[in-house]
Amino acid sequence: MLICGGTGCRASASDVLYKNLNKEVKENNLEDEVQVITTGCFGFCEKGPIVKMIPDNTFYVSVKPEDAAEIVAEHVVKGRKVERLLYQDPVNKEHIPDSKHMGFYKKQIRIALRNCGLIDPENIDEYLAADGYEAMGKVLLEMTPEQAIKQIIDAGLRGRGGGGFPTGIKWQIASKVDADQKYVVCNADEGDPGAFMDRSILEGDPHTILEAMVINGFCIGATKGLIYIRAEYPLAIHRLKIAINQAREYGLLGTDILGSGFDFDVEIRYGAGAFVCGEETALIHSMEGERGEPTFKPPFPAQSGYLGKPTNVNNVETFASVPVIINKGAKWFSSIGTEKSKGTKVFALAGKINNVGLIEVPMGITLREVIFEIGGGIKDGKKFKAVQTGGPSGGCLTEKHLDTPIDFDNLLAAGSMMGSGGMIVMDEDDCMVAVAKFYLEFTVEESCGKCSPCRIGNKRLHELLGKVTKGQAGMEDLDNLKNLSLVVRDTSLCGLGQTSPNPVLSTMDNFMEEYVAHIEDHRCPSGVCKDLIRYEVIPENCVGCTACARNCPVNCISGERKQLHVIDQSLCIKCGACLEKCKFNAIAVI
Amino acid sequence: MTSIKVKLKDSDVQQLKEVAKSFGNASGELINVLHKAQEIFGYLPAEVQEVVAEELNVSVAKVYGVVTFYSFFTMLPKGRYPISICTGTACYVRGAEKVLEEFKRILKVPVGETTPDGKFSITCLRCVGACGLAPVVMVGDKTYGRVTTDGVKDILKEYSE
Repeated sequence: MLICGGTGCRASASDVLYKNLNKEVKENNLEDEVQVITTGCFGFCEKGPIVKMIPDNTFYVSVKPEDAAEIVAEHVVKGRKVERLLYQDPVNKEHIPDSKHMGFYKKQIRIALRNCGLIDPENIDEYLAADGYEAMGKVLLEMTPEQAIKQIIDAGLRGRGGGGFPTGIKWQIASKVDADQKYVVCNADEGDPGAFMDRSILEGDPHTILEAMVINGFCIGATKGLIYIRAEYPLAIHRLKIAINQAREYGLLGTDILGSGFDFDVEIRYGAGAFVCGEETALIHSMEGERGEPTFKPPFPAQSGYLGKPTNVNNVETFASVPVIINKGAKWFSSIGTEKSKGTKVFALAGKINNVGLIEVPMGITLREVIFEIGGGIKDGKKFKAVQTGGPSGGCLTEKHLDTPIDFDNLLAAGSMMGSGGMIVMDEDDCMVAVAKFYLEFTVEESCGKCSPCRIGNKRLHELLGKVTKGQAGMEDLDNLKNLSLVVRDTSLCGLGQTSPNPVLSTMDNFMEEYVAHIEDHRCPSGVCKDLIRYEVIPENCVGCTACARNCPVNCISGERKQLHVIDQSLCIKCGACLEKCKFNAIAVI
Repeated sequence: MTSIKVKLKDSDVQQLKEVAKSFGNASGELINVLHKAQEIFGYLPAEVQEVVAEELNVSVAKVYGVVTFYSFFTMLPKGRYPISICTGTACYVRGAEKVLEEFKRILKVPVGETTPDGKFSITCLRCVGACGLAPVVMVGDKTYGRVTTDGVKDILKEYSE
């Protein structure tokens, strides 16, 4: 019995469920036959907590702690599936007996997430049983650094943190620099809101990161590894610490690893909440105890990084792919994906979509497949409007991009970017101007302030967008928005500022009519921007049930029982509570 | 960033000194020392920063620069029940802003501040990674998922004393 112990499912009491299941197993004297294991994230967060039964892959969703008795009594003792806890297909309403037949999993290929939801992340033996540390053994005992680097180059692996720089080339550059000390750094400072793949990998399969870091160290000649992780990820930190201790005990970290004569050890460094620290030079400054401000490249970290020594920085997901490439070969890995983007990519699917969760798909899959087949389509039968990829650095893609194969280069060409793999789906109720403003608000807050285009330019962009959403902008402001966006993009020091105008530029490209509606008609077509909307009672639909008046937080709705109700516009705070509560479609947003 | 005046007890100063010592009084360990200090005091008032600066032999300005740079560090004490509203993108498109407005309206304090009785504080955070439960609110270590504006009152009720 595998139970998801990821952050999402834990928030829905999966830890209590674990205790209850164990108790039931004990009470039925099944300890010899049944083992209850907490694993990492299954990815299907929409319907958590998840319980998966091995070997028949029965997939129970939305399991509550009190369901434990029934699962043990029915499934384990009597061999009957608990029908009501099975996943129900959103289209034909059929219960689906196992994970293999779920649309969510059908198109996925799991490389970086291969062990998430399968092994107990706190038990090194389970990782070893899943071919863990085999790649490390192979590299340390049978290969030269050059051979191992060649494998990574031939595989075509590109950095999964957003940059998309060829990983093997990065390793090669660092390996050729002469220095008495070099460092391997794992960038686990996942700051992109809406993306949580790195956290899930660290929580579900921490040893894979350690293994890849040792391989990386051997390839470039470094004996020290550092993991820079957000302090906001307590569970991931906890499991990493356990993993490091276990690996040391087994002699897989430390001196003379596997008798190869190679020494390597790993330490954890904590981030303190700064988005810009995802940029590698900023990250290095933060590890040195400084403000996380980026510096100009060159020198690249491969030449002068942590404490001035050559440093190779890779992201969690990139590292997680490394052991598989070594084990299965570069040829196998490069057979998956598109011409210039090989392998798979993990995406965090969120927003207005039926199946929120973490997925890993081959590069080259289309947005349509991801959103409508794996994601199960738009929530509540609404209409798809846009999907935002790449987080605050990315852009919005629309209907016309749905059939574009997803890879690094295609996303860039479409005005967005891969980023770390956040994918937020938006429907007809989302205002694209407000979305662009939301991202700018984030950038303004997270800009480190070192260079003026980013510090001042983004602030001005945010103000301009504010004017648009308030209906105070003129058409000339659209030119200002565009021009200033281009200046910020072209003149900022680091990746944060160079990409921060993307949400503005891409929404202006794809949704110009929404900008114009705000400016010329003083109207928000999606009914989001508070200054441009008002709530009104539709007289012919109002039956006088008083639900709206009772739920209005500022008591601005008046009307007697069974009489027409009226909203006092001067007091209304436009919270929308009346609209939510009305059962008779008698409230309209105008 | 606003701050409040506090007088550190001798034992507090001693404790801070020990923390700095455990990191070898190295200036490169500043962030780690601040993490520990915030764990002990719950926040980082100017007086704590002064001791840290002294112990690591760096300027108070540098310590202040680091404290104000990172969102995890705070110079104001949090409420007994710190409320964090996730304003990551997934929560945003599922209505986090309305939930935040409702908390602000009921508690009558802006983001980043604490109610006068010291009971609740409101902060925003970016993505706890529970996007399947969006919008998400955390009170202390407890996570509330799929929070609605109506649900805000019920959450606060759980903490009535």
